[in-house]
Amino acid sequence: MSGAPEVAGTGKTGRPDLVDGEWHRLHPATPLLRGGIALIAVLGFALANFRERAVELVFGGPVPDDPFQTAYERGHLGWVGLALVVGLLVGIAGFYASWRMHTFRVGDDVVEVRSGIMFRTHRRARLDRIQGVSIARPLFARIFGAAKLDISVAGQDAKVQLSYLGSADADRLRREVLLLASGVQQSEAEADHAGGAADPAGAAASLSTSIGTAAVPGPPDGIVHQRVRELLAPELDPSAAPPESVVRIPPGRLIGSLVLSGFTVALLVVGAIVVVASVTGRQELLVIILVPGVLAAGGYYFNRFTKSLRYSIAGTSDGVRIGYGLLSTSNDTLPPGRIHAVEVSQPLLWRAAGWWMIRINRAGAAGEGSGQTSTTMLPVGTVDDVRRVLGLLLPGLAGEQTRELVLAGLVARKGGGFSAAPRRSWPYQPLSWRRTGSAVTADAVLLRSGFVWRHLSIVPFARVQSLRLTRRPLHRALRLSELTVHTVAGPVRSNLSALDAEAADESFEAWARAAVRAAAADTAHRWASHPALTDPAPDPEETRHESL
Amino acid sequence: MSDPEVPPHTEDGQRASPTVPEVLPQPDDGQPTTPGGPELPPQSDDWQRVSPKYVGVELVSAAIGALVLCGITVPFIVLGTWFGWPALSLAVVIGVLNLAFAPRRVRSIGYRLRADDLVFRRGIMFHRRVSVPYGRMQLIDINRGPVARALGLAELKFVTAAAATGVSIPGLVESDADALRDRLVGLAESRRIGL
Repeated sequence: MSGAPEVAGTGKTGRPDLVDGEWHRLHPATPLLRGGIALIAVLGFALANFRERAVELVFGGPVPDDPFQTAYERGHLGWVGLALVVGLLVGIAGFYASWRMHTFRVGDDVVEVRSGIMFRTHRRARLDRIQGVSIARPLFARIFGAAKLDISVAGQDAKVQLSYLGSADADRLRREVLLLASGVQQSEAEADHAGGAADPAGAAASLSTSIGTAAVPGPPDGIVHQRVRELLAPELDPSAAPPESVVRIPPGRLIGSLVLSGFTVALLVVGAIVVVASVTGRQELLVIILVPGVLAAGGYYFNRFTKSLRYSIAGTSDGVRIGYGLLSTSNDTLPPGRIHAVEVSQPLLWRAAGWWMIRINRAGAAGEGSGQTSTTMLPVGTVDDVRRVLGLLLPGLAGEQTRELVLAGLVARKGGGFSAAPRRSWPYQPLSWRRTGSAVTADAVLLRSGFVWRHLSIVPFARVQSLRLTRRPLHRALRLSELTVHTVAGPVRSNLSALDAEAADESFEAWARAAVRAAAADTAHRWASHPALTDPAPDPEETRHESL
Repeated sequence: MSDPEVPPHTEDGQRASPTVPEVLPQPDDGQPTTPGGPELPPQSDDWQRVSPKYVGVELVSAAIGALVLCGITVPFIVLGTWFGWPALSLAVVIGVLNLAFAPRRVRSIGYRLRADDLVFRRGIMFHRRVSVPYGRMQLIDINRGPVARALGLAELKFVTAAAATGVSIPGLVESDADALRDRLVGLAESRRIGL
């Protein structure tokens, strides 16, 4: 490996500084975790055969009928052994090389990853463009004390993936990357590394330091103990977030929400059809459809259940952290200002129970593949949970009067501080015209709609990409307009399909101005350098530099 | 950023009441924001129209659309179904109306460069108006179709982080399009904001 990059230290031994701007390697067990399992299987197969051979050589006994015996009988044993050894060596060399060539570096402004043996890739992402940092621990990796760190930026498949790192290293790297991205001044960050955190940012940062020390036990001799501890540790370290900001979901409610879902209704309908069909003569239909159907449905429920189990949402110093998963765990940190739109919605079946769900739009979904988990902020929760989660997602909504507004947005049938659509808009919204409307807070716009399926969409003005006002022929006839707030793509629907034309014109102008104003004042890309949070006097050079 | 109260514009694109054009805070990188754009109107709250020549493009596309519509009905006439001829006459009527309204449709296209955002509008029957803050523009395309190129026109397309924004100003004279593009890029640069 003459072309191997120079590396400051491995990611495993000791506790090297991972953000010192030098190149680092991943966890040494990475090849194993990433697919070296096949290698182990081949090795195990060979060893098992050799053991039988050895046993037989010592004790005598029936000759087993296996590939080795065949090869032996034909006099090819030497070749087979050679091929096996060469194959293993090439595999090991390949995995070793790919591990050696896979390095990462975290500088002050960028995170970089180099990988590949033949086809080299070099990916570099700006820290102030980070949209989320997630740590995933698949069950297998979790047993080995390893974790996958994803740093996502906006864009399709735009993430810097570090798989795998030591579990504690991953936690530490996340904290430090977020610290660097937050724009806390270098000196403060350094002081924080040293463990002395008595500066303005300290109150929050010292908390995260204490996680690091708590999660990383010192002596290497207690390695089994450490594994067990890591395995049993709660997904969210209790010291990472103030307990009052943590929202959890009781398993009972989770089961209830799954039972009361559209999927169940569809299942019941299909079931009824099958039963009716089989009763009226076609007995075999029952077996053909029902058995696989029940299995598939059971799998779906189990999957959804384990995925959402231990779901917790908490406010940490570096944004909202969502953790979930029972066996394979995952957590996702969204720095402030990375949430482009929030939707609180209530499926019809949940109304009696008073449950809601919260989904968001975000640029660049971090986390394990499916966009669903990474955009669902609250799978199911009460109004109280909704209020707390909204306060975490959009701190501007935590105030007293906005609290009333949000409550009105959720359950009120009309009014409650929201503008209302006129009665003549009933062709568009026969039941919900009273509810359709908008309200504006200091930094966000709230769009309320839906009578049967109740929705409340909230878009922070600082994240509005553009506004659209549409007038179709029927709109024109009824003097109505449709108003749409554009944000990055996601599950949130942010439009009001029919408003009074003049009110819509006014809102259009007012929101356009508010969006520009909010965007100009926004410093979320360097959230901790926000003047109100850390610096009484922000460095103008820094601001200027960042705004360009 | 002081926002002058925007005078309510009239729906049919008449120039709004004359206001003092706001002096734009220029990006202070020393670069002129309007390189080679003397024909470009000054920054103002007025609606800008697209070139009247764009009617040509609209007429051609409307004619093609009408021909396609008529062509669809031909097999039904050949097959001798009862609705063949009525369908054809309907297609002709739609085509003629579409052609007749082309100039009106082109007149309805307008854009306005305000202090901090670009407002675009188009459509009579299906009217829409979009406001895009300059800082939100991620990239700007210049497209030229075959007919537009023959007429010396170009289309300016804006892309933001939201796929739904979909603002494109057709029918700009090519030099105008280049100048406007450079100016908007400059404006976007001076007001660069995150996502």
